[in-house]
Amino acid sequence: MSGTLTGGKMRWGILLTVTVLVLVGAGIYAFGAYQRFEESRTAASSVGVTAGQPLPNAPFVLFRNTASGQGYGNAATVPLTAPGGSRAVSEQECDRVYGTAETVVCLKTNRGLVTSFEAAVLNRDWQVQRSWPVPGIPSRTRVSADGSMIATTVFVTGHSYATAGFSTATEISLPGGSSGNLEDFALMVNGERLVATDRNIWGVTFAPGESDLFYATAASSGRIWLVRGSLSAKTLTAIHDNVECPSISPDGTRIAYKKNDGGALAAHWKVAVLDLATGQETVLSEKRSVDDQIEWLDNQNLLYGLADEAVEGDSNIWQLGTTPGSQPVMFIAHAWSPSVVR
Amino acid sequence: MYISLSDRSGGKRDKSQGNGTALKAEVPFRLSPVILWLGIVSMVTDVSSESVTAVLPLYVTGFLGLSTIAFGFIDGINQGASAIVRIAAGWAADRSGHPKRIALAGYGLSMLARVGFLFAGGFWAIAAIVTGDRIGKGIRTAPRDALISVSAQPEHLARSFGVHRMLDNIGAAAGPLIAFFVLLMIPNGFSTVFVVSLAFAVIGVAVLALVVPDISAHGLKSADGREGRRLFAFSWSHLKEPGLGKLLIAAGLLGLVTIGDGFIYLVLQARDSFAVQWFPLLFVGTNVVFLALAIPLGRLADRVGKVPVFVGGHIALLATYLLAAAPFGGLWGTLGCLVLLGAFYAATDGVLAALASQLTPAGKLATGIASAQTVVALSRMTASAGFGVLWYAVGAPTAMVVAGGLLACAVVAVVFVLRSATPRVGADTGGRT
Repeated sequence: MSGTLTGGKMRWGILLTVTVLVLVGAGIYAFGAYQRFEESRTAASSVGVTAGQPLPNAPFVLFRNTASGQGYGNAATVPLTAPGGSRAVSEQECDRVYGTAETVVCLKTNRGLVTSFEAAVLNRDWQVQRSWPVPGIPSRTRVSADGSMIATTVFVTGHSYATAGFSTATEISLPGGSSGNLEDFALMVNGERLVATDRNIWGVTFAPGESDLFYATAASSGRIWLVRGSLSAKTLTAIHDNVECPSISPDGTRIAYKKNDGGALAAHWKVAVLDLATGQETVLSEKRSVDDQIEWLDNQNLLYGLADEAVEGDSNIWQLGTTPGSQPVMFIAHAWSPSVVR
Repeated sequence: MYISLSDRSGGKRDKSQGNGTALKAEVPFRLSPVILWLGIVSMVTDVSSESVTAVLPLYVTGFLGLSTIAFGFIDGINQGASAIVRIAAGWAADRSGHPKRIALAGYGLSMLARVGFLFAGGFWAIAAIVTGDRIGKGIRTAPRDALISVSAQPEHLARSFGVHRMLDNIGAAAGPLIAFFVLLMIPNGFSTVFVVSLAFAVIGVAVLALVVPDISAHGLKSADGREGRRLFAFSWSHLKEPGLGKLLIAAGLLGLVTIGDGFIYLVLQARDSFAVQWFPLLFVGTNVVFLALAIPLGRLADRVGKVPVFVGGHIALLATYLLAAAPFGGLWGTLGCLVLLGAFYAATDGVLAALASQLTPAGKLATGIASAQTVVALSRMTASAGFGVLWYAVGAPTAMVVAGGLLACAVVAVVFVLRSATPRVGADTGGRT
């Protein structure tokens, strides 16, 4: 043996003391956190809540409730006429939610020693109709107006920082259970097919009244495009630069999206609107960085979620008019992932 | 290249010079307490880092509501920085003659980074913390392996590394389980995960600081006086050492055809739906096989030679590629891939450190180990980038088969490169009396 362990009862005593101290400290902290969680789970919600009931009659807003207390993280609804009023909170936990008058799509995390993720289709009584595993952390979801086509985007993550990095997986699920991974679609940029290694597709929006047409974001080599997709032809065609998470207006004429003006690393997303007929882009005056797939409240107003600066895990839904210069106003507090059902 | 194995013991225990020790196989294995404690340091540190790593994506996207795409990019930078830091830390460990102090600095930096998680807010804070953790890991690895190397019985070098890697991987497997258990009990209890992680990091630093002796002062310092080399000179000097130079070439060559595990898991995931749901378990499965085989394969390396086991590990990797590319899949195919991949790591990770330390002169031990690990890390990064291109060009199964073909060629080439380089290692088989 070329070395011997450093002797001295003193050192062993110190080691024992340090070990016991940090373990007891961590244990006390964990126990306190557990008690706070138990209290918050059973505490009355911090906002007005009515018990779970079927989906209300349209029009209403479906969202993820992030108010502390009972029902945190559950899908909830408010009537469109009174978004700030009492909310009906369901029993369904969803990270991301979207719906129609009859169908709700819920992306959720199944916590466990092996944490997994799934997409579930719920009927208007919040009963699960079908579900399937998704390969990563829920990010975006959309349903076509007739409820037949469902798009999901998740973050696929490696086990460590080292292995796979992060990328997105976006699938469209069709009636009959078949589904397509959009990375298998042909990506056309300037008339040429792009086969680069690092293609990522995310943020699908279905064109109203169409059964084949959708829009999404495609990225490769640091470039980002708005793509027009065809389900039957399995193609994605780039039609505009620097459009992320497109969302088409109810009348089908404009696309609202987030536009990064902060570079690849220090992303800062502005809210912008693109007129599909003229190609005219309008950047709106929201100063905060919006990292969400925007939803249309009506043909003139947008909704999006912003994380609450003060409370981790909380967020609010904001409303912004599409006329230049209009200012954001709070639409629903303690809420995330808005979906306007007309 | 003809480095006496007895050099590794600092000439203290084994006085025979140059001609080696007779009847090595009969030296009974006695695990140095230093290696046991270093293994425990690594184990609790891995519990600390892997628990955070496992929940970090959920925390960033699900809880903070941030996009994570940029993390992949930052990770690339970190990997490069970590590789460079690793060589510098190895060099510093050799220069100072106090590898423990350098290792302590690395473990300490990672621990401090963990304190940051308690106050983290926003993307940049988290990116900075992750970078600090990575750099700490880059600093500590080579000095720690140098400590293992000087503490081990030369006849049982690979086995000793195997013991360390087993303990290390127990921590890596336990960390995510502890983290997900916390989240199971407290759904948004990320701060609890960070506190628990910090507690384990503190224990790791305390064990290293209080229990592990600063061995090398006598083992390495004698050569130190002669080493007036500048920082930029050492890597070239290694290439002049025929044994280590050839090992670096061989390891780099094999690294260039070693595609990332992430790709293998993605192939399995695309082939059967089983793997989608159990995706996180694929990593754990590989880890468990790694920890189970680390000691047996280390013993094998001590008995039949480290080069055959190192090369054999890459043959297991080759079998992984072919099995992953095979048209039939299912549960058994997936499990087979995990076993082979775990065997690959068990046969190469600790054995490479053992080989590098065996082929490095005493005064440059940490630098030699760091060089080998850096070459492997950088060549594997290159391989992953290249394989990504191939993947999209010809499809996953064909790309796997192509990678397998290249790996087979590299294995044959490496057999020739290393055969002439390691007379000493060949002697391990017991041909010498």
